[in-house]
Amino acid sequence: MNAASSPIIDRRTVIDWLGIVPFMIFALMFLIVPTLYLVVGAFFTPDGHLTFENIAGLFTPTILSAYWISIKVSLASSLGGALIGFFLAWAVVLGGLPSWIRSSLLTFSGVASNFAGVPLAFAFIATLGRTGLVTVFLREWFGFNLYSTGFNLLSFFGLTITYMFFQIPLMVLILTPALDGLKKEWREASEILGASTWQYWRMVALPILWPSLLGTSLLLFANAFGAIATAYALTGSSLNIVPILLYAQIRGDVLHNPNLGYALALGMIVITGLSNILYIWLRMRAERWQK
Amino acid sequence: MKPAKILAWVAIAVGIIYFFVPLLGTFEFSLRMRRGEYSFDAYESVFSDAAFRATFGYSMLMALFTIIFGMLLVVPTAYWVRLRLPQMRPVVEFLTLMPLVIPAIVVVFGYLRLYNSSSYIPFTGSIMGTNILLVMSYITLALPYMYRSVDTAMRTIDVRTLTEAAEILGAKWPTIMFRCIFPNVMSGVLSGAFITFAIVMGEFTMAALLNRPAFGPYLQLVGANKAYEPSALAVIAFAITWLSMGLIQLVTRFSKLAPSRA
Amino acid sequence: MSFLVLENLRKSFGQIQVVKDFNMSINKGEFVSFLGPSGCGKTTVLRMIAGFETPSDGTITINGTNQTRLKTNQRNIGMVFQAYALFPNMNVFDNVAFGLKVAGKPKAEIESRVREMLKLISLDHLADRYPYQMSGGQQQRVALARALAPKPQVLLLDEPLSALDAKIRVSLREEIRQIQKQLGITTVFVTHDQEEALSISDRIVVMNAGRADQIGTPSEIYNRPATRFVASFVGTLNIIEATVIDPAANTVKVGDNTIILRESIGALKGGDKLSIALRPEAGSLSESARGDTALSGKVISSHFLGSVIRTKVDVGGNQISFDMFNSPDAVMPREGEMVTLRFNASDFLIVRE
Repeated sequence: MNAASSPIIDRRTVIDWLGIVPFMIFALMFLIVPTLYLVVGAFFTPDGHLTFENIAGLFTPTILSAYWISIKVSLASSLGGALIGFFLAWAVVLGGLPSWIRSSLLTFSGVASNFAGVPLAFAFIATLGRTGLVTVFLREWFGFNLYSTGFNLLSFFGLTITYMFFQIPLMVLILTPALDGLKKEWREASEILGASTWQYWRMVALPILWPSLLGTSLLLFANAFGAIATAYALTGSSLNIVPILLYAQIRGDVLHNPNLGYALALGMIVITGLSNILYIWLRMRAERWQK
Repeated sequence: MKPAKILAWVAIAVGIIYFFVPLLGTFEFSLRMRRGEYSFDAYESVFSDAAFRATFGYSMLMALFTIIFGMLLVVPTAYWVRLRLPQMRPVVEFLTLMPLVIPAIVVVFGYLRLYNSSSYIPFTGSIMGTNILLVMSYITLALPYMYRSVDTAMRTIDVRTLTEAAEILGAKWPTIMFRCIFPNVMSGVLSGAFITFAIVMGEFTMAALLNRPAFGPYLQLVGANKAYEPSALAVIAFAITWLSMGLIQLVTRFSKLAPSRA
Repeated sequence: MSFLVLENLRKSFGQIQVVKDFNMSINKGEFVSFLGPSGCGKTTVLRMIAGFETPSDGTITINGTNQTRLKTNQRNIGMVFQAYALFPNMNVFDNVAFGLKVAGKPKAEIESRVREMLKLISLDHLADRYPYQMSGGQQQRVALARALAPKPQVLLLDEPLSALDAKIRVSLREEIRQIQKQLGITTVFVTHDQEEALSISDRIVVMNAGRADQIGTPSEIYNRPATRFVASFVGTLNIIEATVIDPAANTVKVGDNTIILRESIGALKGGDKLSIALRPEAGSLSESARGDTALSGKVISSHFLGSVIRTKVDVGGNQISFDMFNSPDAVMPREGEMVTLRFNASDFLIVRE
């Protein structure tokens, strides 16, 4: 190698790295820096001094209860979505149903998992609201007044059910390949070794599936935690979840301390970030077994 | 029938009820505007509302820009990473998955603090600037989906070999990009485009906080003020989502006609 | 004495009859191979014995008990699958212990039995390993131990060696046979590899399109194939077109050569065509070779294959493959050379369809 050829190699390397610059600039400007700005800002006072006051300020009753409600709603809708989604995925993969049901379910799930936000809230109001189809139906055909039982769509329970409309399909979409991965031979091997169906599920199938199940539930959890549009359209500001609190803070500094808003955002990032890290770790574990 | 099969049918029944009843309810509700009989009055009201047409048009325009500029960013990047900088692949993939982790409201919050009128890059200082910022935020939101579909398409057609063949035949890189690569990853581009379209049309958080007259905030406003129009709008929104997904299916089916032998 | 009896076994999937009238009686401790090409029904018969498929007709009797309607998990049969099918979430110990755990055996008994099994397959040092940490051969041995741990009455193996490398295949099949002999367990082994079947079986069932073409010892199958299919499936075979000269004297002609067959030609007349089969290793080129029959022809080609020299000779329009063992001073026949191959008349088999 003589000196004359090295500049050519360097030039190519420089061009290589130049090619990635537009994307990097975009990522920095519109993803990394804005997020970091908030994260760093959470540790500063409005006049620029380093502090942990903002983090401490998160532990006040209003904010804590907001986090708690958010966690509850996300937990409930992700667990509910996981459970029902699991049974639906199981039904089409292992339940012995005709194959057109499977493709219909998967297609529909692809659509339903994207049907979130404001229109979803409208859909549920139209169905389970005070004059919704189901409410009216129950009253006129069964004499059963849904709202007299204390049920209210514009509540924690109502929001959970609404969220599940896109949580369930998401679970179905992600879990179906995992269930496909359950080899037929494992079932047969366990049968011929004398195991009943229940023993097979308890000792073989569920242990194999649980990283996928738990991981996807975490994904659902993070998904629900960060969502705002549906909640805003459904419950307005009456249900005090963290995204709505943050929304109010952005709009009008209801917390009277802009940096506290940063801390709020930081809290959200920490929670969704942790969930996703756990999800990735669990998925890696699941894939290791599928050798 | 085996007990497993009965259970399976029960699960499907539950699923059908859970998903079809709200859609049915929404449609039924949207027909109730006229007292005592079913009619399409709510839809008439929606379509004749100037604000509907304005915001719908605005969102469509934004969607178009998002798709065009998003793809102009994503396709070359995905191509470059595959071909020249495979070591950057984990970093780029991580970045494209970030928007799924960081909630949209946090991202737009960051924009407002970073790019407001008193900062160095005052995007929000002007209407045009805010529009640009909105498009950028949409690209960020749609990035995971756009990148994934384009990258998958590139993997399927083996861009490296395609490029080498073109280079040996004497093509320069703009020719390679636009005449060789783009047409072959078109299915991935279109899939990503349709998902982006669905996302942008329904998006609320970014548009609301950036105060732009998009379809999402319009929906929310109607929901707060009118009784029957919201459900008509929900039906329309669902139809748009269904249409986008259907187009994706169509595109991927047609791309299967292109032979790809390893 | 008869231990596993299959009577009039039939299986159809929709309109297609995959197994037709299969009859077989297997003795206790016997090692039987089901041999045949893909789609011949051998795996289906095995799965019916296991209980994964229900016969359309017929019975399966094990040790006097009719098992045809019993559920799989009630039959006490061991099975080794082609794809190993070890439970990925359990280590070797737990995999082998599975059948015993499911049966509710006490912990101490499980412990000692598993250790015993692991020693049998010489893998007791790997008890804590997980399937993804082991090679294919090791996984299959664990699968064998797992199948044998609950002391099943019959052992079934469904092409257990097909997914393994050639060298492992040979050593593992011998290990399987040795363990089987040691335990004296009645075994059914499905394979499409005739060398496997020939080397380790007590008897072989050659299957063709859902039917058993021949049941016999390896030697019988190879040396006295009952049908053209068995003859061509097991080993290489030359099929020669001969012309009948004298049916009463069982005399036929191949080219210029006359052969007096040891088998009866049957109901054919002079001038009819007859197919006879000949193994490549049957004859000899040597002048001093024993043999009462000779075939002369011209050498077409000769290939050195290592342990064997394979020569193709044109005899009366038939291309005959002829093998001879290599030796350092062997002389390879030259192309175009006229040679005489010496056989025994009993080496020729009449091919029946």
